[in-house]
Amino acid sequence: MRFKTLVAVGMAGLLALTACGGGETTDDATGAPGSGQGTTSEGQDGGAGGEVGVFTWWAEGSEKAGLEALQAEFEKNYPNDTFINLAVAGGAGSNAKAKLEADLQNNNPPDSFQGHAGAELYDYIVADQLEPVNDVIDGLGGTDVFPENLLNLLTVDGNIYSVPSNVHRSNVVWVNPAVLDEGGVSHDAPADLDAWLADMETLKGAGVETPLAVGTAPWTQLHLFESVLLAELGTDEYNALFTDGDWGADGVRSAIDKYAQLLSYANTGGADDWPQATDMVIDGNAAYNVMGDWAVAQFAQRDKQEGTDYLYWPTPGTDGTFLFLADSFTLPKGAKNPEGAKDWLNTVGSAEGQLAFNLAKGSIPARTDVAPDEFPPYQQSAMESFKNDAFASSIAHGAAVQMAWSADISTAISKFWTDKDADSFHEGLKQAAESNR
Amino acid sequence: MWKKWQGFWLVLPSIVLVLVFVYGLIAQTFATSMAPLTRRTFAGNEQVVSPGGFDNYAQLLADERYQRALWNLLVLTIVFVGGTMLFGMLWALLLEKGVTAEGFFRSVYLFPMAVSFIASGTVWKWLLSPGIGDHEAIGLNRLFIMFGLPELQSRWWSDPGPFNMAAMAMPAVWQLAGYVMALFLAGFRGISEDQREAARVDGASEWRIYRHVLFPQLSPIALSALIIIGHMSMKTFDLIYAIAGQNNYVADVPATLMWVQLFSQRNAPVAAANATILLLIVALVVIPYLIYTNRTEKGGR
Amino acid sequence: MTTTTMAPIPVAPPTVRKRRSTPAETGWRTLRMVLLVTFAALILMPIYVVLVTSFKSPADFRVTEAWNIPDRLSFTGWRAAWDALAPALARSMVMATAAAVISSILGSMNGFVFAKWRFPGSSVIFTMFLFGMFIPYQAVMIPLQQIMIAMNSSALFMSGIPTLIVVHVIYGIPICTLIFRNYYATAVPTDIIEAARVDGAGMLRTYWSIVLPISAPAFVVTLIWQFTSAWNDFLFALFLTDRNTGPVTFALQELASAQNPDYSRMMAGVLVASLPTLLVYIFLGRYFVRGLMSGSVK
Repeated sequence: MRFKTLVAVGMAGLLALTACGGGETTDDATGAPGSGQGTTSEGQDGGAGGEVGVFTWWAEGSEKAGLEALQAEFEKNYPNDTFINLAVAGGAGSNAKAKLEADLQNNNPPDSFQGHAGAELYDYIVADQLEPVNDVIDGLGGTDVFPENLLNLLTVDGNIYSVPSNVHRSNVVWVNPAVLDEGGVSHDAPADLDAWLADMETLKGAGVETPLAVGTAPWTQLHLFESVLLAELGTDEYNALFTDGDWGADGVRSAIDKYAQLLSYANTGGADDWPQATDMVIDGNAAYNVMGDWAVAQFAQRDKQEGTDYLYWPTPGTDGTFLFLADSFTLPKGAKNPEGAKDWLNTVGSAEGQLAFNLAKGSIPARTDVAPDEFPPYQQSAMESFKNDAFASSIAHGAAVQMAWSADISTAISKFWTDKDADSFHEGLKQAAESNR
Repeated sequence: MWKKWQGFWLVLPSIVLVLVFVYGLIAQTFATSMAPLTRRTFAGNEQVVSPGGFDNYAQLLADERYQRALWNLLVLTIVFVGGTMLFGMLWALLLEKGVTAEGFFRSVYLFPMAVSFIASGTVWKWLLSPGIGDHEAIGLNRLFIMFGLPELQSRWWSDPGPFNMAAMAMPAVWQLAGYVMALFLAGFRGISEDQREAARVDGASEWRIYRHVLFPQLSPIALSALIIIGHMSMKTFDLIYAIAGQNNYVADVPATLMWVQLFSQRNAPVAAANATILLLIVALVVIPYLIYTNRTEKGGR
Repeated sequence: MTTTTMAPIPVAPPTVRKRRSTPAETGWRTLRMVLLVTFAALILMPIYVVLVTSFKSPADFRVTEAWNIPDRLSFTGWRAAWDALAPALARSMVMATAAAVISSILGSMNGFVFAKWRFPGSSVIFTMFLFGMFIPYQAVMIPLQQIMIAMNSSALFMSGIPTLIVVHVIYGIPICTLIFRNYYATAVPTDIIEAARVDGAGMLRTYWSIVLPISAPAFVVTLIWQFTSAWNDFLFALFLTDRNTGPVTFALQELASAQNPDYSRMMAGVLVASLPTLLVYIFLGRYFVRGLMSGSVK
């Protein structure tokens, strides 16, 4: 018995060695593209069957509610399939991304995973970890139902690698009007950052200790910073930063200085992640919080009324620009149930799925043919802006930069949070661009 | 001839496993650390992420974040080792002559050792929460306010100063000081009462007995404790991961930075170079110790 | 790896001496007790927070009042923690038990050879083993992860817990070998081995009928040791498993890093995840100490 164990362990070691010599992971024949054309076109035939494991970082609050709404839609349309929720908790997916990376490397991919549309998915595409889903997109209606500039962001070398589920706006300030009243500050949006900073000074003078709420998680700081950057640079110059723009420009430097001033009005701890920071506004411990529009669900959950309990504006200086991010779903290579995954993607991309999901999550549909009148006022206004405003892509949420670049920017921002050294922050941003562009 | 090598065959499976999984994998890590890496960017360029060869090491050593991580490791290790030795010795001294309820105190001091760093880190993350002031403070800072000592509040491990990692050593000391105590206690108990009595008969004061009779005999234990705690400190990963999160500039040490390099920065060569240097640092401390103990053991026989 | 590389902990019962005490001694004794109680209180402080928080209902919990005693007891946190951790708890139990048993058996055979049945070069090999005890696992993690990926893709049943068992057994060889070697070196008289050899008993017979029957104290030590370190491991779990196959440290970390933390569930989870090792220390700690005493104190 003992020796058998011994031999077993030894064998495992040898097996491992030989397997290691083999190197790269094997291509799974079941993952071949085009094998599932029959099921992609609105296939309401009950689905491919089997388990469909879907990886998201939607484990909490409104995100969880949205996922559940989508799951209900999926189970209604594809009763043969079993939905497996692989949600992982983690701030805007920063933990989840590292974990997903390990799972993909482990050759243990989920059947579908959530990824921010844009540069973030590029890493997976270059690493040959995703299957194209052109057939799914075409089956759903292609450019007839999805905005063309959004699909362009998802297209690499003529192929589309993910199905967008929803769009969020990043540049939104959430405001507690009762706190504004404490300092006699007007409820209207300030015209620019300087006016906003002046309001914060007034509030501080009136005894509001932390006019601005921000989380200690580095991505929440980056989220605030990207709004400031957009305000200082303007849309075109901001968007150029990710192609050939100059990170050494004076505009970037003045954004850093404005950001530093904003932080001097902010809390230094007490809020680990965005929900606690938003709670500070809800509870009247802070007047403002810059957060993506998923925060609207946090207010709804706490039974707060728009207009009386809370207000929202585009971050001062960014009015007229929609700083966007979008979630989308993929089909990883080597997924165990690719047909089931396509059933899922069809649900995600359908008008009914997008309506159910976005109503619950507090985002707006990526499809343009979903009627706005079913949505609450905030989303209606966001859908309106999405149609008319200029576009800028979010840094903090994977639309503008690849993961490695975003990791470098996060390092710089998290360093600045601690040492407040503007020169080294600027240098860090320049270097990050240099080594990742 | 066969007889002479019999033992070898019984140990052979373990030898193979250790050779492959310790030494073989270390070699492979080193090979990875020398590999070049390029990446296609979103803008369509080929970026050289790691140049390959020893340039990978040069690049790593020049990286400001890595330098900070090394500094953090130094601060952490000094406070961690110093703290455990100090409290371990203090508690052993308090307990060594036998007191009422000794078993209770020993268990209380020792039990944190049974808890995983992930579990204790979850608690300490909250205790060491950096918020300051009445409407932000939680954890220890809140306790200080409650006791009317608000000036004791600290930002702990997220303090901007260079010695923030001293705060990170607090939970580590909490967890392992009891272990060092147990080592010293065993050392004290291993010294026969006759030696103390003999010294007392000679008229030595209690302090002189400790100074000249007991402490010298404890020095081998102190050395092992030093090595064990020191190398644990260099490997610290779980605790920081649980308290500061997996990507936090201020609280980086090489072991946690390696995770970031591997998965966030997607740069395996640099992560491997980092791991190799970490191994070298540990080896510099441990190998002389192994040689030393090997020698004293042989001499003693 | 909290504890893999810790050496034995011998703690003997105190020697009780009866002498008449002087006032100075009484003063010292009082001071000593005050210090001991103060330190114990400091050590137990985190446990206090964990306990009171775990019994608060999530609705009652306010971070600013976390130090207060709960107004009324609620078991919601405990139930939620149990629900979240139970599957991982079962996996950890299987993993830590198997790892402890297998590495103890290997350690016993190795220890026997290195202590009593040496071969040319055995002390060099032994020192090589010992170094394996100290290495930072980061230095093997990248290739180890690749090997395990490859192994799991050709042998799916190996993924998750079996992978962790293999890893803990391999990296547990050094410490187990050390403990058994030290134990056999002192607890098994060389004369007996020699006598058996003269009687014509071979190596395996000697091991089986002479050495193994008196190995129980060392087995207690390595079993407890390996169980605790496998249970408490997070690094290997993080690199080699996922949320569906990982051990309880993995599940707890996920529970704790939720964006909207449910503190009562989190703190109850800390206790649930730590309970097995705590129980081992509380109930078996004595055997652990006794086993060490009988063997490795020189």
